[in-house]
Amino acid sequence: MTNHELRAEGITVGYDEREVLSMLDLTVPDGKTTVIVGPNACGKSTLLRTLARLLRPTGGVVSLDQRPVQQYRGKHLATILGLLPQQPIAPDGITVSDLVARGRYPRQGLLGQRTAADSAAVAAALLATDTVDLADRRIEELSGGQRQRVWIAMALAQQADILLLDEPTTFLDVTHQIEVLDLLVDLNRREGTTIVMVLHDLNLAARYADHLIVMSAGRIVAQGTPREVITTEIVRESFALESTIIEDPVSASPMVVPIGRFHSPS
Amino acid sequence: MSPGIRRGAVLIGLAVVLALVVTASFALGTRAIDLSSTLAALTGSGEGTDAMVVIDLRGPRTLIGLAAGLALAVAGALMQGVTRNPLADPGILGVNAGASLLVVVAISVLGVSSVVGYVWFAFAGAALATVLVYLVGSGRSGATPVSLTLAGAAVTALLTAVITLVLLTDLETLSQFRFWQVGSLTARDAGTVAVVLPFIAVGLLVAIALGPRLNALSLGDDMATGLGQSVRATRIAAATAIVLLCGGATAIAGPIVFVGLVVPHVARRLVGPDYRWIIAYSVVLGPMLLLVADILGRLVVQPAELEAGLLVAALGAPVLVALVRGSRVSAL
Amino acid sequence: MKRYILVSGAFLVVLLALAFLSLAIGGFGDPPSNVLSALAGGDDRFTVVRLRLPRLVLAVLVGACLGIAGTVFQTLLGNPLASPDLIGVSQGASAAAAGAFLLGGLSGPAVSVAAFAGALVVAAIITVLSWRNGISSYRFVLIGIGIAFLVQAFLGYLLTRADLKEAQGALVWLVGSIGTPGWDEIGITAILAGVLALSMLPLRPALRMLQLGDDTATGLGVSVTRSRALLTVVAVGFAAIAVAVAGPVLFVAFVAGPIARRVVRSSEASLVASALVGAVVVVAADFLGQRALGDARVPVGVVTSLVGAPYLLWLLARDNRSRGTA
Repeated sequence: MTNHELRAEGITVGYDEREVLSMLDLTVPDGKTTVIVGPNACGKSTLLRTLARLLRPTGGVVSLDQRPVQQYRGKHLATILGLLPQQPIAPDGITVSDLVARGRYPRQGLLGQRTAADSAAVAAALLATDTVDLADRRIEELSGGQRQRVWIAMALAQQADILLLDEPTTFLDVTHQIEVLDLLVDLNRREGTTIVMVLHDLNLAARYADHLIVMSAGRIVAQGTPREVITTEIVRESFALESTIIEDPVSASPMVVPIGRFHSPS
Repeated sequence: MSPGIRRGAVLIGLAVVLALVVTASFALGTRAIDLSSTLAALTGSGEGTDAMVVIDLRGPRTLIGLAAGLALAVAGALMQGVTRNPLADPGILGVNAGASLLVVVAISVLGVSSVVGYVWFAFAGAALATVLVYLVGSGRSGATPVSLTLAGAAVTALLTAVITLVLLTDLETLSQFRFWQVGSLTARDAGTVAVVLPFIAVGLLVAIALGPRLNALSLGDDMATGLGQSVRATRIAAATAIVLLCGGATAIAGPIVFVGLVVPHVARRLVGPDYRWIIAYSVVLGPMLLLVADILGRLVVQPAELEAGLLVAALGAPVLVALVRGSRVSAL
Repeated sequence: MKRYILVSGAFLVVLLALAFLSLAIGGFGDPPSNVLSALAGGDDRFTVVRLRLPRLVLAVLVGACLGIAGTVFQTLLGNPLASPDLIGVSQGASAAAAGAFLLGGLSGPAVSVAAFAGALVVAAIITVLSWRNGISSYRFVLIGIGIAFLVQAFLGYLLTRADLKEAQGALVWLVGSIGTPGWDEIGITAILAGVLALSMLPLRPALRMLQLGDDTATGLGVSVTRSRALLTVVAVGFAAIAVAVAGPVLFVAFVAGPIARRVVRSSEASLVASALVGAVVVVAADFLGQRALGDARVPVGVVTSLVGAPYLLWLLARDNRSRGTA
């Protein structure tokens, strides 16, 4: 994996007349797992989508290796930056190997012919995500966790150095959430892939993040290691939630225990 | 001022505007007749050609505009309520095409040439198309606006193909049908309208009674059932009213598009999502739109005339575009 | 892949068989012509080669163009039910043709050109009107249907203003029909279709990526806006060619793609298979329309509507039942 610098400088992003992010700065730590969390409508998806060049900032610039993202040719950029959007669409009847093979598009020629390198990359991606047995199955037959693994395999086949994932665990049950997140850790450790993902579960984020970014109302409230960032004050400020922070008995990461009207320390 | 009183006041205001439009419908046209002569004619003391034009020519036309405008607007409101689809309209959903088809069959195959004869065929055709769209469009949670609209487009295309098939061979029918097809308020006389009015009246009464049920239905089938309503019965009652209203309107004015689409939306903008009020406002706004279109048609290309149906299509299409552009995709 | 080749081959065989039949069988009760001898210069040469062959070739071309146009549209709009027939493109061509014929007094190739232009203009209008930070397929389809109604109203207006005989002549432009084309007309159509097919080649990979949704496609490096624009132009071009030469043969564009995909059982856009299915449908429909009803000559557009519309409705009804929402 090559080193890259992905950063956003002073970006302002909005939809129609609404401004969601304003003058935001962010440098993505290379080779690490970065997780973005925050309450609903805080702009975390917007931030990720802007980094992935799905959205164009009205002010400021997103740059990769000192060059604005807009200046890269689409296919070239896709060889460095991979994306798993929130609700990816799979056409009816597509098989796993077919879908993973589509990840090779950025590296293919004008007429889209398949090369030996392509087949090798697909095979490696299936192996890495433990989906080899599913290769001939159709996507709609798979479980949620299996499907997400296949999408990650597609992003892997792209052989991108940076992987951006928008809420990859949101519609999965707990078992599959852990399955997918552990796979991402594998990727990060083995291949050195930089991972940036949006998660909605604060505690899972605390476990899996090397670098944690907490957002609220379009601003970055805090960023750093989970230990630095998960504090009662910051949780209160961004989530409007009273809580107690304890140490996760399994992973030793900080764990947020919410305090509500009927459940509070006596 | 409570919302109920405010809505009532606006409604009365609109009714006054409608009265003015009606008067204009009597007064304006290719033959210029001044206001005092018009009023004289209307009160029975007019004389000469002016009076004849006002009463015999513009009278039925105005009456048709009132009846058809009302029927189409209310039918549109019912359709939008029952299908929870902001784009439902008797024209778009193919109901008009159904009525047209059977009228063509009546004229060409069965040799029916009096309107009193057509009327029944128009009803039957409207009923057939309504049933068809209902069957296609209902599912566990109803069709999305896109698929329902496509169903209507398909039904229209199918029926138009059959109609064209008949017309290709039957010149006589073509000559009559092509005028009926553009939707005009001038094709019938008062006697014919009188035949159709009772049906429209019944349809209107059913629609008014359905107001509260449509409100519950707009929360979703599950919610409505939870609130104690029989969704099925409501749908069937609404379909019956739609058939009566659309069949009647198409019989006297030919197939007119977009009135059923535009009017309920304007009503909704004015009065909010309460179907009782939407239907009430549609009763006034529908005729207003149709009569204004008809009046414009008389004035823009004098001494010739443009049929009301054409103008309503020209006015309605931009409104449809604006509606689609203005709404968020998730709302569709 | 193997299945794809097999199925395409099967469609080709069916097409050839139908072609043979339509060249051989004439009117009701006439003895079938000996096609091979006729092609070699024998007895029935006039009937087979001069009358039926051009018609057959045009039917194949029209069907292929419509099949491709339909599949590309359906993939672009992400909705198997969206088709250029229903969303105003075909109607735009009809109205332009009728207008040229009735108002401009034009005939022959000039009318075809008008139809072509009409299709492009309507597609452009729909695209512009549905543009709001990019294209949404919902908006495109719904606005398309609205425009279709507007255009129909205009057509109705034209029909009422023309004299009766002319109006009947213009009816042809309301429903597709193959007629008796000349070889030059066929040649031009073939060349245009060929050019479009060539320009389709570099766009095919992008089309496959667009199937995955705009976001994933962007992530894979596709320039979504540009690809969509180019693909739309090509698809409209195919539809416009077909309508210019044969009028609005409805529903072929709509059914070709789904049938092809169902039989091939793949997720590919299956352009070649769709073209073959389209050709089969048009040839079969024309055959039926010309031969199956005794002396009556039913235009191919009517046959395709009578069969295609119920199929669409059935598909819609089935989709609604199984999934609750389409």
